[in-house]
Amino acid sequence: MLQEIILAGFGGQGVMSMGQLLAYAGMEENKQVSWIPSYGPEMRGGTANCSVTLSDTPVSSPLIDEPDTLFVLNRPSLEKFEGSVKPGGLLLLNSSLVKVEPQRTDLRVLKLPVDNLAQEKFGNSRVANMILVGAFVAVTGAVSLDSVVGALKKVLPEHRHKLIPLNRQALELGVELAQS
Amino acid sequence: MAKVLMKGNEALGEAAIRAGCRFFFGYPITPQSELPHYLAKRLPEVGGVFLQAESEVAAINMVYGAAGAGARVMTSSSSPGVSLKMEGISYIAGAELPCVIVNMQRGGPGLGSIQPGQADYFQAVKGGGHGDYRLLVLAPASIQEMVDLMGLAFALADKYRNPVMILGDGTLGQMMEPVEFPEMLDPEKLPQKPWAAQGAKGREPNIINSLYLNPLELEDHNLKLQAKYTQMAAEETRSESYYTDDADIVLVGYGSSARVCKAAVDQARQQGIKAGLFRPITLFPFPKAEIQAACRQAKAVLTVEMSMGQLVEDVRYNLEFRVPVHFYGRAGGMVPTTRAVVSKITELVQEGGRSA
Repeated sequence: MLQEIILAGFGGQGVMSMGQLLAYAGMEENKQVSWIPSYGPEMRGGTANCSVTLSDTPVSSPLIDEPDTLFVLNRPSLEKFEGSVKPGGLLLLNSSLVKVEPQRTDLRVLKLPVDNLAQEKFGNSRVANMILVGAFVAVTGAVSLDSVVGALKKVLPEHRHKLIPLNRQALELGVELAQS
Repeated sequence: MAKVLMKGNEALGEAAIRAGCRFFFGYPITPQSELPHYLAKRLPEVGGVFLQAESEVAAINMVYGAAGAGARVMTSSSSPGVSLKMEGISYIAGAELPCVIVNMQRGGPGLGSIQPGQADYFQAVKGGGHGDYRLLVLAPASIQEMVDLMGLAFALADKYRNPVMILGDGTLGQMMEPVEFPEMLDPEKLPQKPWAAQGAKGREPNIINSLYLNPLELEDHNLKLQAKYTQMAAEETRSESYYTDDADIVLVGYGSSARVCKAAVDQARQQGIKAGLFRPITLFPFPKAEIQAACRQAKAVLTVEMSMGQLVEDVRYNLEFRVPVHFYGRAGGMVPTTRAVVSKITELVQEGGRSA
């Protein structure tokens, strides 16, 4: 199993933490993992992205130019990365913010209005990203939901651990939506 | 100890502490600032000293002082900051003091960019500062290897009384991978340094100096330094050979470029191309016998680096121009892609490995 993932959005949407969450979840399953962020002035209010590799064998290169999965949380990220996804790859789209259609016709596309859903269901738009992670888990099976939930303890600082149940609900909603 | 997921810069900081380093002097610069940031918190916890100096020049001279007093001491920076330290590094090498210097390279020249680069190769392995001196240069390619090499760096610095550089790049500094740390070394139990300036009560004073006004004495000093570098070449070379045994095309790269090369070798092998990778881990001393062995039956060699062609010169020189050595590089903070490297390999195969 080799799953190469790019996650992209605005700074503040939690793309870095989503990536770390997947990396930790992979570690929980004794997979080989790597996480690498974009860094620099572009992160202030602009787009941010990170690359995550989950693999059964040692990770050759942590730098990903053709991801199996692309998480898109805002429109500039779609424009920047859509062309790079492997044919037949997975595109997870935050349709609350991305109102345009993807150009590619050879991808598996899952559009979820996660900002709206997080607000409506949980009254907290900050768990929008977890809905997408849940959907990713359901579609790919690259890591299990249990591992992701377990990894929340590693990614969230201790004083935020009370938010784990909320994040778990958001993850479960993502799983449900992807399966329906 | 269980594995933890950690950024390269932070892992280097923890590894330095495990290796018994209790003194750090530095000045922040992207993309290595997480290292001083980590040590600012962590060193006081173990009774060490973290000091953010007023400049890189001040920091390296504090390293000079601490090393002269026998401490395990480290500084870190990124390209422009390392240039500023060069005068002090030459003094430290001249005075034969052990220390560790980390360079998380970024794009250059000048202020350049804050994105990853490898264009400080010449500066690291050929001198950089003035005079006939060499650093022992270690080039890790993963977070675990950064940790492993940090312990080695301090040991080699003490063994040779010579500064050791860990030459990384922005990618290695910023990325996270699972890592396992060695047990904590007790700094009190490290070998004594009878040459250090620690108070001369009851003995002749030790003098830490790089000034020799008598040219004959200075020549002798230079010959002594050269003998040390020759010994390093005989005893300390390290490298990794990946699928080189039957390789028609051998890639050569270090640090994060070598990771890209490894992925390219994997893809080329899937296409039925006999590709391999030779990765120098010591850049000085260069693993000459090892690269010759790895390229013994290669029809062509391809050097990949984030520069306009620096490592490639040492590859040609050490292969004694017996094999055509090609070059692919990106610069300015651009990183080579696996796809681009694979297509270079394919081109070489179509050309039968001959020089273009």
